Amino acid sequence: MTIIAFTLLLLAGAYLAGLVGSLTGLGGGVVLIPLLTLVFHVDIRYAIGAALLASIANSSGAASAYVREGITNIRLGMFLEIATTVGAVIGALIAVYTPTNTIAVLFGSILLFSAAMTLRKKNQEALLEGSRAAGVLKLNSSYPTKDGIVDYKLKNVGAGFSIMTLAGIFSGLLGIGSGALKVLAMDSTMHIPFKVSTTTSNFMIGVTAAASAVVYLQRGYMDAGIAFPVVLGVLGGAFTGAKLLTRIDARVLKYIFCAAISFVAIEMIYNGFNHKF
Amino acid sequence: MKDVNKKQQPADYDIEQFIGLQLRYGVIIASLVVLAGGILYLCTTGNIPMPHYQEFIGEKAGFSTAHQIWNGVSNLNPKGIIELGVVILIATPILRIFFSLIGFMLEKDKLYTAITFLVLCVMLFSVFGGLKV
Repeated sequence: MTIIAFTLLLLAGAYLAGLVGSLTGLGGGVVLIPLLTLVFHVDIRYAIGAALLASIANSSGAASAYVREGITNIRLGMFLEIATTVGAVIGALIAVYTPTNTIAVLFGSILLFSAAMTLRKKNQEALLEGSRAAGVLKLNSSYPTKDGIVDYKLKNVGAGFSIMTLAGIFSGLLGIGSGALKVLAMDSTMHIPFKVSTTTSNFMIGVTAAASAVVYLQRGYMDAGIAFPVVLGVLGGAFTGAKLLTRIDARVLKYIFCAAISFVAIEMIYNGFNHKF
Repeated sequence: MKDVNKKQQPADYDIEQFIGLQLRYGVIIASLVVLAGGILYLCTTGNIPMPHYQEFIGEKAGFSTAHQIWNGVSNLNPKGIIELGVVILIATPILRIFFSLIGFMLEKDKLYTAITFLVLCVMLFSVFGGLKV
């Protein structure tokens, strides 16, 4: 395959990854890693580097719209970024020493379990009574909906913070935005309305990914020939996704989210068992 | 019930608008630089077979330090220009933390100034900490 053919094919794939990533809050990495490794037979380390870039591009591109619409909870994002950035640095450090096959299998299992949990519980409701910690940390906020401004409160801040640290470690280790774990921490644990948790997750993914990306850049994981189509394709997809999200019902969003999460899970477990990582 | 949020709404709104624009322009500039480098890359080497990406060569490919990337850009090396775009892209969320910090300082929100400063420290440690291994 010539460079130009490879670039165009990858550009199309990255566009789809960006679209799915921005609609679900997962980040583009989850589609890109299987695409690069299984379809294009690219070394997993280049795939991780490209996926991190995709996550940053996707997150920043989509977040710029959500933040200005006032859906994103910036304080919550900022507070939880302590956990995700520390986690991401740890993840990037232990990546060198960790048998990633084991982690892939474990991670896949957690994701499958999470998908089942998410399907069972629907969290559209805004919580009226929050915990004390949420009040002290000024995490309670409001967001615009079709029926006007809705106030919401949240709870289980400590548990959410812990899951976020884990999300950061996985993000640094595997190059994905870990949007799935981020949304889970906010949606299922802290009881934040789905649209707020999705957009706040998206907002945080850029910073989380950047924390490990600088380490990987210095290790030579980010190849220019892959970065070029990936960054532009993912941005195009994220832009389309941001336009679509305001017109899509959160229920549809949740099904897309679950399908995507199961897809990643099976892919991770399969590759882990076959020692492909 | 005291409502802290209502009082902070106008300043929060300004921060939201500014951060939104900063993220947008960061991404636009990064993608334009990547696009320029990419077009040059395709024009100069588009018709040759693709590299063997199944083998990881890492740092040996060059462009993994600020010095190498800058040299590449000055020599109009297509890959050097793409990597400059990559650096701008990675810098965009880091700059966002920096601007959030200023925003919270202007708002005199001490708690969130401290929280944001902490996140910025973690990022700077990641950049300059020599964690490459």
